[in-house]
Order: sequence, then structure tokens, then C-alpha cells
Amino acid sequence: MTKKIEAIIREEALQDVKDALREVGIVGLNVHEVHGHGRQGGIELSWRGTAYQMDLLPKIQINIVLSDHNVERTIDTIIKVTRTGKEGDGLIFVYPVEDVIRIRTGERGREALQYKDDIDEKTKSPSR
Amino acid sequence: MKLRKHFWIPALVLAMLLATTGAVLAQDTPDAAAVAATASDTATSVNILWVMLASFLVFFMQAGFALVETGFTRAKNVAHTMMMNLMVFCIGALGYWLVGFALQFGAVNHTYADINNMGAWAFSPISMGDWTGVLDTGVILNGQWGVMGLSGFMLAGLTANFGVLAFFMFQMVFMDTAATIPTGSMAERLNFKGFILMGLWVSMFIYPVVGMWVWGGGWLANLGRTMGWGNGAVDFAGSGVVHMIGGVTAFIGAIVIGPRIGRFNKNGTANAIPGHNIPMGILGTIILFFGWFGFNPGSALGFTGAFRNLAVLAAVNTLLAGAIGGIVAMLVMWWFGPSKRPDPAMSVNGVLAGLVAITAPCAFVDTWAAVVIGGIAGVLVVLATFALEKMRIDDPVGAAPVHMVNGMWGVLAVGIFANGNPDTAAWNGVPTPVTGLLYGSSTQILAQLAEVGAIFVTVFVLGFVFFKIVNAIGWLRAKPNDELVGLDLPEMGAPGYTTDDVVMHGGMLGGRMRGSTSPVRATSTAGAQR
Repeated sequence: MTKKIEAIIREEALQDVKDALREVGIVGLNVHEVHGHGRQGGIELSWRGTAYQMDLLPKIQINIVLSDHNVERTIDTIIKVTRTGKEGDGLIFVYPVEDVIRIRTGERGREALQYKDDIDEKTKSPSR
Repeated sequence: MKLRKHFWIPALVLAMLLATTGAVLAQDTPDAAAVAATASDTATSVNILWVMLASFLVFFMQAGFALVETGFTRAKNVAHTMMMNLMVFCIGALGYWLVGFALQFGAVNHTYADINNMGAWAFSPISMGDWTGVLDTGVILNGQWGVMGLSGFMLAGLTANFGVLAFFMFQMVFMDTAATIPTGSMAERLNFKGFILMGLWVSMFIYPVVGMWVWGGGWLANLGRTMGWGNGAVDFAGSGVVHMIGGVTAFIGAIVIGPRIGRFNKNGTANAIPGHNIPMGILGTIILFFGWFGFNPGSALGFTGAFRNLAVLAAVNTLLAGAIGGIVAMLVMWWFGPSKRPDPAMSVNGVLAGLVAITAPCAFVDTWAAVVIGGIAGVLVVLATFALEKMRIDDPVGAAPVHMVNGMWGVLAVGIFANGNPDTAAWNGVPTPVTGLLYGSSTQILAQLAEVGAIFVTVFVLGFVFFKIVNAIGWLRAKPNDELVGLDLPEMGAPGYTTDDVVMHGGMLGGRMRGSTSPVRATSTAGAQR
């Protein structure tokens, strides 16, 4: 089974997250710049003396598709480097993924997600 | 080969040297009158060179206005806002050449004829060559109550008079500064046709006529001689003439056109509509500051003798007032503002407020007074911004707080702080130097109050009528839907920012810009390397 992790994180944490994920062997990912808010509801700013609520704050959404047995380890890695304990640390969503197809080779499913030096090779877990 | 190719350069230099030496040797011993004439001609050239350089600096302020106004408004209106700042110059230049210059300065030689005979300072030709017999017709009541000039239309017959031409250059770019101020207060909702009418209105009528009263030998300038009020209305570089005319037009324009959709709520509270590009706003402010060194020191209209003294003092005072205006506005926001931070946009307004306020008094006051004047401007601009918001008047860039309110303050500041500098003696034909309340003259402030009152009432009332007429023919305000989607597409037919290659050109690596219709071709070149 494959899963998709969508992690909404602070902009300034992106480089640390990328480095940490690479270390554990998450080779493929992409990111979106997103804007949004959670419980905190944004922050108060001022423009020429008038206060306004900036309720859609810039965030980074990291998308990773991976085998489900690697999900927990990846989540732990992301939390480890992004948690500050303050409001605005973000959220992680996990979805099931129906299928994955690599356009170049036509590989499908887990095979399409395997890379040299990826998380499976690093953890030396038997390829199932 | 190289030597042969360029040997003519030293040869030419040598020939020029020989010719010059020969000419000098050939001259007889010059008599005193000839020496004086040459010296006077040199002085005239220096004066005109300074006025020309200052004109170019003031012209560049248009770039500053364009950047401040565009940076302080939203990305969906950039093409519209920038176009107004381009076209206001083009329209204004022609309008001022056609009619404006004649209305403003067509009588300058008539009303100042007796001052010229005094050989003393005035806004007159004395620093800039021989103006005998030109620009001496106008509407002048009882000899000294000048209302408007009426000669020099299209510079007819004046194209050989370099002094007048230089003066036209300088005054045209000044007019443009006034004309571009209202585009800021009405930005993001002004119909482009209405904008064009506004450019013609300012360049061809309201600015020249009201400007004539102070600078063209008009009735305000002559209040010293007619009423005994100090030296008459004294406005060195135009806190009143340029900034109040532009600022009051901006103010009444913003009132008549109404606030942008979404600026105010039903219950009267205000919503901020943040500008899209603070770097643009700050760069524009620095360009304006730079241009102001032409605006104020250039208004000495010369760089010899007393003109030089006033120009240099004006430069230093301009520097100080702009700087302190920015500091004070920043600190006010930092201590009392809603975010308790040094609000960049208000700091920009503070710098400009200090510059506007020092524009009238820059050559009449000590440097400490420049700091006081600029500092008060930094407070006034913040208070005026809050007052406008309370009055539910929407001025996106703060044109009225900066140019109208601080224009008034600058004009009045002359009547308070003018230090009686002997270089300003005979200003407007009054033998004594320009002297304010703090230096013992209680009448100069009356002339300054008259200038503020006359400019405010005239520009406000006539501007109200003008904008109401534009509104009646339906050209004042853009359609509500156009305003909501942004004026760039419906009004200009062109998006301001076209850098998005995916949208505009089908992708950075392929599409129309590469002349490729095949995605494979794009992939086979750069794409494969990724």
C-alpha cells in the first residue's frame, strides 16, 4: 500500500525538513506555497496606521508519496525538526494513494517509488 | 594601424589649442565694460545651467511618484497607476506649453518691471538673461493685483530666448509635480478618461492661474506692496503653489470620487488595503528625495551670488527636514501605532511630509528651524492620515496628508521661522528681507495665511465643480466590476505583471516564445537535463 503525506509547515522550517528527510532516505518530494490559518487565526499588522488581520499566513505544504511502512518514521522526522511548541507549527495529513505510475518506465505501485539509497535501502528492511 | 586610425585626435586637440591661444592673443586689452559684460554673461550661463540641471532632477521625480503610487496600491492596478504617471507628464507638458505657461508667467515682466529696476531679487528674469519686451501682458487689476498672464502661448516668438526656454523647462516639470499628486489619491478607481481631463485641468488652468498669484507677479505676491504684509506671499519652491494645489486637488478628487469598494464598512470602521510592493514605495521615495534637491535648491533660479547662497542653504535644509520627517513619523507609529512597529508605509509618508513642509521655507530659515519644521510635519502627516480615515475619505497613498496638510504647514512656517537673511532683501519688491514672527515681523504671517486661504478655497471650490462635471458625464469613476477585477485588464487592456510564463507563454521551456509547438522538442533540449 502507498500513502501520501501532506505536511503543512512553517516556511522557515523547509530547509531543515528537506535535510532531515534526505538523511532518512525520503528521496522524492514536492512542495507548494500555500496560505492559510488554523486555530490561531492569523496575525495583526498595520498599513499606514490602519490595523488589519493577516489571516492567510504563508506556509509550505510538503507532499510525499511513500510505502505505508515508512509513514511513521517520516512523520517523526518531520515533527522532530518542525516542532517549536508555539502556535503555527502546522499539521500533517496522511491519505491512502490508489496507484502511482512512473511516466518514464511505466512502473506502477511501490516499484514506481523505489530509488537508489531510499528509505527502504537505508533501513535495510526486506523489500516486500 | 591603430595609431594611424586615431592620430587625428591629438591633432584636433592641438589645433583647438592653437586656435584658442591665437584668439586670446589677437584680442586687444579689454575695457572694463567688456569685462563686466563677459562676467555677467558667465553668471547668466551658470544660472541657466543650474536651472536646467535642476529641471532634469525635478523631471526624475515623476519616476518617484510612479513608484510610490504603484507600490502603495494593489497588483491588479499596476498598469493603470503606472500609465497615469506616464501620461500625466505627456499630457501636462503639451497643456502647459499650449496655455499653462502663458497664464502663469505671461505677465511676469509687467508686474516685476519696477523690481527689475531695483536690481534686486524676485521671481524675475534678472538671473536668467535679457527678457526685455516679453511676457508682459495679463489681467492685472489696479496695477498690482495680478490675476493671470496672457502672453507666451505656445512659446510663440520666444524660441530664441534661452532664458525663457530654461524657465519654461523648470516651470513645466514643477507643474507636472502638482498634476501627478491627485493620481495617487484617486488611484485604483479613477476612469482613465477622467484622468486625462484631470491632467488637462491641472496643467492648463488651475495650476497656472493659482500659481501666477504667487510666482507670476500676482496679487498674493504683491500683498507686501499693496497691504504692507511683509514681503507678500513668499513660497520659495512651492509648498503652496505646487504641493497645496496638487494636494487640495487630490483631496477634493478623493471626496467626489468616493472610497474604493471595501475601504469602509457599513458601521464606519475602516479596512486597510495594503499596497502590493513596499520596496517599490521606498525606492520611489528615495528617488523623490533625490529629485527634491533640484526642486528646492533649483528654485533659487541661479547659482551666482545671492542665488548660490540660497540654493546651498535650501539643499541642506531639504536634507534635514526630509530626514527628520521620516524619523518622527516612524517613531510615532512605533510608539502609538496599531502594530507598535516602525510602519514602513507611514515612514515613507513622513519623509515626503518633511520634504513638502520645507519646500516653501527652505531658503529662509536656519538649519535648526528646518529640523523643527520637518519634525512637526512628521506628526502632522500621521494625524492627518487618521483624520481622513475618520472622515471616511479614501486616499490610497496619503496624497492629501502629505501634500495638502504639509503644504499648508510649509507656507505658514515661512511666516514663523524666516530669519531675515539679507540675501532675501527686496523679495517681491519689498526692500526688507523676509522675516517671520520669531525674528520680529508680525505681518509676514498674514501674507502666508492669505496664500494658504486663497489656494485652499480656490482649488477646493473650482476642483469640486470640475470633478462634479467629470462625474456628470460619467468619466470620473471606473465601473464597479472593473474596480473589483482590477483596472489593468478592463481599462488598460494589458496586465501589469506578465512574468508568469506558464500563463502567458505556455511554460518557460517551451511554448510560443521558443517558437515550438511540440512539448517533445522542449523536453529534448533543456528538459532532459533536469
